[in-house]
Amino acid sequence: MENFIIPMIIAATPLLLAAIGELVTERSGVLNLGIEGMMLMGAVVAFAVANATGSTPLAILAGAGAGAAMALIFSVIALSLLANQPATGLALTIFGIGASGLIGQGFVGIALEPLSKLSIPYLSDSTALGRILLSHDAMVYLALALAAGVAWFLYSARGGLALRAVGDNHESAHALGYNVVAIRYLATLFGGACAGLGGAYLSVVDTPMWGENMTAGRGWIALALVVFATWRPGRLVAGAYLFAAVSILPFYAQAVDTFLCGRAPLLCFGDSEDKLLTLLPSQFLAMAPYLATILALVIISRDVNLTKANAPACIGRPFRAER
Amino acid sequence: MIRKFALALAGLMMATGAYAAELKVGFVYVGPVGDFGWTYQHDQGRLAVEAEFGDRVETTYVESVPEGPDAERVIRQLAASGHGLIFTTSFGYMDPTLKIAKMFPKVKFEHATGYRRADNVSTYSARFYEGRHVIGLIAGMMTKTNKIGYIASVPIPEVVRGINAATLAARAVNPDVTIQVIWVNSWYDPGKEATAAKALIAQGADIIMQHTDSPAALQAAEIAGVLAFGQASNMIKFGPNAQLTAIIDDWSPYYIARVRAVLDGTWTSEDSWKGLAAGEVVMAPYTNLPDDVVATAEKAAADVASGAVHPFTGPIRDRDGTERIAAGAVADDGMMLGMDWFVEGVQGDLPK
Repeated sequence: MENFIIPMIIAATPLLLAAIGELVTERSGVLNLGIEGMMLMGAVVAFAVANATGSTPLAILAGAGAGAAMALIFSVIALSLLANQPATGLALTIFGIGASGLIGQGFVGIALEPLSKLSIPYLSDSTALGRILLSHDAMVYLALALAAGVAWFLYSARGGLALRAVGDNHESAHALGYNVVAIRYLATLFGGACAGLGGAYLSVVDTPMWGENMTAGRGWIALALVVFATWRPGRLVAGAYLFAAVSILPFYAQAVDTFLCGRAPLLCFGDSEDKLLTLLPSQFLAMAPYLATILALVIISRDVNLTKANAPACIGRPFRAER
Repeated sequence: MIRKFALALAGLMMATGAYAAELKVGFVYVGPVGDFGWTYQHDQGRLAVEAEFGDRVETTYVESVPEGPDAERVIRQLAASGHGLIFTTSFGYMDPTLKIAKMFPKVKFEHATGYRRADNVSTYSARFYEGRHVIGLIAGMMTKTNKIGYIASVPIPEVVRGINAATLAARAVNPDVTIQVIWVNSWYDPGKEATAAKALIAQGADIIMQHTDSPAALQAAEIAGVLAFGQASNMIKFGPNAQLTAIIDDWSPYYIARVRAVLDGTWTSEDSWKGLAAGEVVMAPYTNLPDDVVATAEKAAADVASGAVHPFTGPIRDRDGTERIAAGAVADDGMMLGMDWFVEGVQGDLPK
């Protein structure tokens, strides 16, 4: 199991980073579909900085900066110039794919030194629990801390209340004296920075290399994750680990099957070739996060109160101050 | 939108090439030239053509062209804008290539990895399984756990053939070896390739082979301290202590020969499937290996190149025990091109 959980945590981290940022953006009433593009720009800029300076923290900061810069482009077009948000977001993704490829031309085929892992003597390597909890790179913990920080901010801080007010009813928030556009700018920039962090994690920490389009759709999974989590940070963390587990499940099918069959023989039938997971086509598993998201949407639309969903009422709606 | 941009760019490149070259050569790529794998190597071939012929030829490429209607548009545009020779470098371009070839009988077409030809359409591929034979031998001699991990992309005969060639060679030198296959169902997803490598290593594999395009698996092997092979290009930078060798796709000899044939007026439609002997499949320098293994690998590569050894020499049984190739016989090209069964010693499922 330990061999499955550790890669699962690694695979969940970029999803978690990108999704927690998008959650904040969406809670302010802005729908930014440009996550994939922002992640790619974060990835390529972080790689470039790591390659030039050799400093991983600097590289990761630069990745966050690149994501935020992309989000700024989105904000100017969609929030100040009031362009259609989904269209602007899609354009941002397409722009990000192309621009990151262009910037990254010279970095193809260059390798980076991998980041060292956290290592607490004895605790990090003596027990399975220690290895699962305490043996990762710093970004894994940063992502979790960020999610905890966002949860605290949204529900316990005054600023979070203002952010949610802007997302739920921008007219009222405006009437109360909040600067709707400024708050949305900040939330969108935070989302971009987080997406950039997610991209930087891929290109500098997880697989320290640059390849065009290396995010391979993770931005879209992050987007689905926010809906799946019904805009709640706690569920988002659980969802990120769940989606990551599903995405890497086929690789561990054999090991997981053995684990499951030992504990729940009902799930297993026939000889060793016919286990539950090996029967599921991997295309099905690739589709699973989106399927789960559609299911979540259906459940939300049946009864919002039942699921305690927090869908921002003003999501995607442009705001222009009338007075 | 990306495609439109690519098309516009292609148009721009064509428009700026005002000076008269003897021949304009077009290339259609399925991936980005920056993949450091399949498309990257085709583009190296294109650059070799430019270096060889200088001002006599002018080359154009359009990258990341999806297989389907867009491919047809791109190929038509290349044909209509004065290209005399067009290489379409992915299996899925087969039908569009033939369709456009019919409309432009004077333009010569070269379709990679396909099997349908016409008077002005050749097909070409490379015998990568010859390289798989060599790395299989190396892996069989180097493994300590007798478990080799194989990261496979999609279940097509080309990939199955590679798995079988490596398995046969590994078990020829070490009958206890098993090969564990994991399908990634993608040619290019660094994150998943790395995860697959970690999964294989966790299950006890101490040598990783891959038939996917990014260096991520090799890098994961390097970090985990196990051995691995590069794919499509020399990836030694990603695994200085892990890479034993790499199977390099080298399209330069073929591209140069075909461009020369058009310039000389000797081009005819044919089917080319060459390997180590023609230099289209090249083994990267052997590294991190003891001398005797290097000697064995070099001899194996030479024997395959000379034809003394065929990687698929019978008796060969499939996993179910059915004899597929009789003792003393070798697999013919037809059998290899349609291979959809695993030999003994391969673990993991084979999706149909």
